[in-house]
Amino acid sequence: MAVILDARGLEKRFGAVTAASNINVSVEQGAIVGLIGSNGAGKTTFLNMVTGYLRPDAGSILFDGRDITGQKPRRITQQGICRSFQIPQLYNSMSVAENLMVGVGIVASGGRGWAASNALDGTPEQAVSRMLEQFGLAGLRHRQAGLLPEGTRKLLDIAMAMVVRPRVLLLDEPTSGVSADEKFALMDMVMAAVRAMQVTVLFVEHDMEVVERYVQRILAFYEGRIIADGPPAEVLRDVEVRRFVIGEQDPPAGDRHA
Amino acid sequence: MSVHRTSVALVAAAGALLALGPVIPNWAVSLVNVSLGIGVVVLGMMVLMRTGLVSFGHGLYYCLGAYAAGLASNRFGAPDMLAMVAGGALAALLVSAVLGLLLAKYREIFFAMLSLAFSMILYGLLVKSADLGSTDGFNVHAKSIAGFAVEGDAHRLGVYSVIVITAALCALLLDAYLRSHRGRLAEAIRDNELRVEYMGASVFATVHLNYVISAVLAGVGGALMAIHIGHIDPEMTYWPQSGEFVFIGILSGTGSVFAPLLGSVVFETVRSYAYEKSPDTWQMVLGVTMLMVIVFLPGGLWSLASRLRGRPDSARTGG
Ligand SMILES: Nc1ncnc2c1ncn2[C@@H]1O[C@H](COP(=O)(O)OP(=O)(O)OP(=O)(O)O)[C@@H](O)[C@H]1O
Ligand SMILES: [Mg+2]
Repeated sequence: MAVILDARGLEKRFGAVTAASNINVSVEQGAIVGLIGSNGAGKTTFLNMVTGYLRPDAGSILFDGRDITGQKPRRITQQGICRSFQIPQLYNSMSVAENLMVGVGIVASGGRGWAASNALDGTPEQAVSRMLEQFGLAGLRHRQAGLLPEGTRKLLDIAMAMVVRPRVLLLDEPTSGVSADEKFALMDMVMAAVRAMQVTVLFVEHDMEVVERYVQRILAFYEGRIIADGPPAEVLRDVEVRRFVIGEQDPPAGDRHA
Repeated sequence: MSVHRTSVALVAAAGALLALGPVIPNWAVSLVNVSLGIGVVVLGMMVLMRTGLVSFGHGLYYCLGAYAAGLASNRFGAPDMLAMVAGGALAALLVSAVLGLLLAKYREIFFAMLSLAFSMILYGLLVKSADLGSTDGFNVHAKSIAGFAVEGDAHRLGVYSVIVITAALCALLLDAYLRSHRGRLAEAIRDNELRVEYMGASVFATVHLNYVISAVLAGVGGALMAIHIGHIDPEMTYWPQSGEFVFIGILSGTGSVFAPLLGSVVFETVRSYAYEKSPDTWQMVLGVTMLMVIVFLPGGLWSLASRLRGRPDSARTGG
């Protein structure tokens, strides 16, 4: 399979903190990849660099063979890399449907920068309705986003990234803040939509059960480095991963920062 | 696509006002002229408020529009109402397109104060320009409409008609814009700029565009007021004037393009009534009105209209 995303030698420091050190990741089209690592390991920093929110101090990022290093989030989104956020980034005063319509409207009206693959399937209204159906949000379409419960906010945040049919989808902790019994239902819905769209996915996740169930490959982060990369069975058996990520001998990870 | 009901209502309202023109008393003509002239400026405030911005210096474009109209008529030999309105719009467009490059980077109090600063610079310049009448300003007399000379009663009716039609056109165009995908980005930006960029749109370009649109509306409003009053002076860009636009903007609400126009009518009515009844304390009456609106109708007067129709307010206030 063709490589769609290729990060080479990414480095990022914040003062004394090394958030990324020699990060090399090559992702094949259609792959579902899990990113694991304890708090502060550099997972979000990696997503932030890929999506242009942070400029790497060194290294390069290729998307579909083109260098996108240092481009603005807007430009990168237009090329087909979309993301969700650890803390949902919604339009709180708008309804659920309007939240999705913003993204669809940008594609529909600003065709210029958009890759052809982002072309909408049907009218903007149809695109929004289909997404709402897929995520079981149709009944909430007129509900104000700012008043939704956390689990639904997470789902809407992901829907906002998917509704413009990205080629690569980056999900930052899609199940954090979602109750244990809702996690799998949420991920099942997201993954069904992912398969229907044939989008490549990288998702950050702390719950190993969730990771194991949905991914074919795991990247394990620790102190800004990737300490293991491979199929789940292999990575989850790795001694370093068991020690530094899963935290054997250590109490389970507590509250996470934003 | 079917014609939106707001458009229908606007055309109907404009038609009714035009039909009433010849029969209503002078004071009513004057009230409509002032309310709609100022109302067009407040339409501009509404665009900004939807984007989450408040300008304490929109008098800048109001005054620029008025002076451009005055100069078109007195200096450039175009005392035609349409040319004057076009001149006002053009002057505001050119200046805001440049200033907007700076202002679109600022938010909240910084945006508000920077706007104020620019408006005070214009004030200073005009006061120093003996050629433009300094603090006295100068008289303006529009003599024709699209080439047709108007005098006496025809002039009175002509001014009224030009104001009604221009205000309705501005509201129609603005309504279409705000309902477009591009226009709806205003509220998205107010809620979450980061997400807008992450959905592939330029926040800067949208804020800049909305700023220019709001400036052009203020310029048009200024030109209309120059035509109505027949006199312009630097007070038009003095800060209390800008403050009044903010006042009416908040009083009106941003739920519909009708809001600024109706809010402006309410404001002018309350003001003239209060001024007549208690010349010493009319500001207090306005202050109390504002207080009541903020406490009881945070969505502005328009939210009252939506509430009466039993519908939730479709678009929230500037907040
Ligand atoms: N913008 C920033 N400024 C300064 N330090 C930062 C910034 N972003 C991240 N860091 C630091 O870089 C390190 C990696 O952070 P990052 O957010 O990538 O971790 P993470 O793996 O996503 O953790 P979590 O699971 O808690 O979300 C942390 O020490 C963090 O404090
Ligand atoms: Mg993180």
